[in-house]
Amino acid sequence: MDIDRRDLFKIGGKLLVLASIGATLEQLTGSEPPSDAYKMADHWWGMIIDIDKCIGCGNCVRACSNENSVPDGYFRTWVERYQIEESGQPHVDSPDGAMHGFPLPTRADLKSFFVPKLCNHCADSPCVQVCPVGATFVSPDGVVLVDETYCLGCRYCVQACPYGCRYLHPEKNTVDKCTLCYHRITKGLTTACCENCPTQARQLVDFKNPKDPVHAFLRENKVEVLKPYMATRAKVYYKDLDGAVR
Amino acid sequence: MIPGVDGFMYPNEVELQWSLLIVLYPFITGLVAGAFILASLERVFKVEAVRPTYRLALLTALSFLLVAPLPLQLHLGHPERSFEMYLTPHGSSAMAMFGFVYLWYLMVVLLVEVWLEFRPEIVRLSKSTTGLRRLIYRLLTLGSDNVSPAALRIDDKVGYAVTVIGIPSAFLLHGYVGFIFGSVKANPWWSTPLMPIVFLFSAMVSGIAAVLLLYVVSMKVRRAPIDMRCLDTVAKYLFYTFVIDFTLEMLDLIHRTYESDESFRSLDFMVHTRLWGSQVILQIVLGTLAPLVILAANQLWRFTEAARRKMYVAACSLTMIGIFAMRWNVVIGGQLFSKSFLGYTTYKMGFATREGLLPAILLMLLPFAIFFVLSNLLPPWEKTEKA
Amino acid sequence: MFRDSGHLIRPALVFLAGLGMFLVIRAAVVPKHFGQYGHYRPGALDLVRQRPIAYAGQDTCVMCHDDVGKTRAAGKHAHVACEGCHGPLAKHADDPAALTPKLPDVATLCVRCHEKDAAKPKNFPQVVSAEHSGGALCNSCHQPHSPQL
Repeated sequence: MDIDRRDLFKIGGKLLVLASIGATLEQLTGSEPPSDAYKMADHWWGMIIDIDKCIGCGNCVRACSNENSVPDGYFRTWVERYQIEESGQPHVDSPDGAMHGFPLPTRADLKSFFVPKLCNHCADSPCVQVCPVGATFVSPDGVVLVDETYCLGCRYCVQACPYGCRYLHPEKNTVDKCTLCYHRITKGLTTACCENCPTQARQLVDFKNPKDPVHAFLRENKVEVLKPYMATRAKVYYKDLDGAVR
Repeated sequence: MIPGVDGFMYPNEVELQWSLLIVLYPFITGLVAGAFILASLERVFKVEAVRPTYRLALLTALSFLLVAPLPLQLHLGHPERSFEMYLTPHGSSAMAMFGFVYLWYLMVVLLVEVWLEFRPEIVRLSKSTTGLRRLIYRLLTLGSDNVSPAALRIDDKVGYAVTVIGIPSAFLLHGYVGFIFGSVKANPWWSTPLMPIVFLFSAMVSGIAAVLLLYVVSMKVRRAPIDMRCLDTVAKYLFYTFVIDFTLEMLDLIHRTYESDESFRSLDFMVHTRLWGSQVILQIVLGTLAPLVILAANQLWRFTEAARRKMYVAACSLTMIGIFAMRWNVVIGGQLFSKSFLGYTTYKMGFATREGLLPAILLMLLPFAIFFVLSNLLPPWEKTEKA
Repeated sequence: MFRDSGHLIRPALVFLAGLGMFLVIRAAVVPKHFGQYGHYRPGALDLVRQRPIAYAGQDTCVMCHDDVGKTRAAGKHAHVACEGCHGPLAKHADDPAALTPKLPDVATLCVRCHEKDAAKPKNFPQVVSAEHSGGALCNSCHQPHSPQL
């Protein structure tokens, strides 16, 4: 029994019709999401961190953990302590991410300071680039977020992040990370870490706000992002970051 | 002090993300690509001597390809969402391409080629068997029982074309895995343009070695004579491919050592300590140098048939171990050091956990079970033994 | 004309049928508006925004506690957030009776910031607590909301 050309066209045609119906259905269904006071296009979020103000108290780590229900042993933000030999060789520690500050005293004979770290919400994010399905993305207002209903848990993004800020949530089995407290900043509040920093070492900034202190900050200080050679266009700027910081 | 950690690691880096199963996946797709390349040696490059392994290589490739997605599914946090890679693939992600490359290779290359190659047997068996087997064969014929000489000549031409397309497809199937690692700028152990090529050649080496081993074992099980001309030729191609693979890996090593960039000291220390056993002993000495010496010896001197068989089996077994070690060293090694270059962690492998040793062993045995079923349904030897 | 190659149409048809099924499934299953802002589901933005808030923020605290707020504003802890010491209290701000905040433990709280350490900025007030107070609690001399003496 052989199929001739006419049968072929009939079957092919039916399949094509099916496919076009499907595609049209997709375009027609659903309505626009409701608008509210917060307009994403008016904001471009980042953070500035002043190393010389950080006292390593760990308030930010605790605040983030409470605000975002961060699972034990994983960190959306953490503080590192650097103790640097004259040769430049650093000794770095971050006991439990500095959740309880730094219980062990710092050596007085070495150069030492604290470095708070978090997701840098890179504008050219390598983690977003590698996500196979679109579960992580840069929002229109510059925050790198994870869609926990869509994430497969493949952890490619965890591998691709040069800063080590992502982890797999042990219960949800999706990737989790700092959201820049998106649920707070879209309501006019600041992030939990910035709110609770007693010395304002960390400050949330909005590059699109002409009155934001970030503009003067960037103009008047020597600033650096972490691992600038990775060219991720990170948006967390550090003032007085020592060259030994990894 | 965190157990298993030396020095400093970023707090989220302590736990490894990609486990034994992710070591297994490139190993398996490597066997697929390698087996297929061996099959194409006969079909496209007309190396007559390896004809006895042609059908064997096809079925080997198919058996392993069917198992390939399973370690990935077990690894995913949400395997039930894996279909999203077909629904909304992210164009910038090498991993997103996996679904389509895999599907293309499975459907268009492997299944079509296997179907075309085995059609005469399928049609014949759909008429001569009974019961469930008959039903299976009738389904496999897809409703056509035309095995006239003219039809088979057309099959041969189309099969040739499919194999020609199949060679770059096989390269793509495994090369993109190398690209997935090689394109991660955050990880200096992985990030190199050589990675896809190293992966590809080590895949070919492991695939050829796997087919040779399977051929010897199958012939022994069936108490059939081993075609030494075939075996010698396969071993010869294994040797050539291995030389290229070894050269590439040495190039990567020498290049790294010479350039000695920021990451070098940390990586060098890791190789000398945590990776000493798996990299230097298993991968390089036992898994590469030893088989190379054995295979080279067979190119320089003529040993007896029995000796050659034993040496080939030894060389191929060591090769398989060595290539597995290579995958281990890339995947696990890439996660043992901190991206701060100030510390190291330890891989804690479970046994009866989702990503543990037990599922890995079962997943490695599964292709052989599938091969057994396939070779029962689609006998790989009848054609050559009739000739 | 297709007599000897007609069988090749069959696998092609199998593939086409598969493709058709895939396209129909895809149309049904891909989330609405996927791709509206970028390669992601726009509903994810709303999902993240809906997370509950744990820290009310100092501006909210002083709305009721303006006396403490004024004391604090006049002293050295002017920029130390209330919840930095008192913990997350959005629940209390929403319904003061529902959650009565516990006073923080002075013995461990103050030293976390003020214990002398070489890594802290030199101009930050810090003491070696064992020598400074001889074991007395910090708030036996210092008023927490306006700590300077």
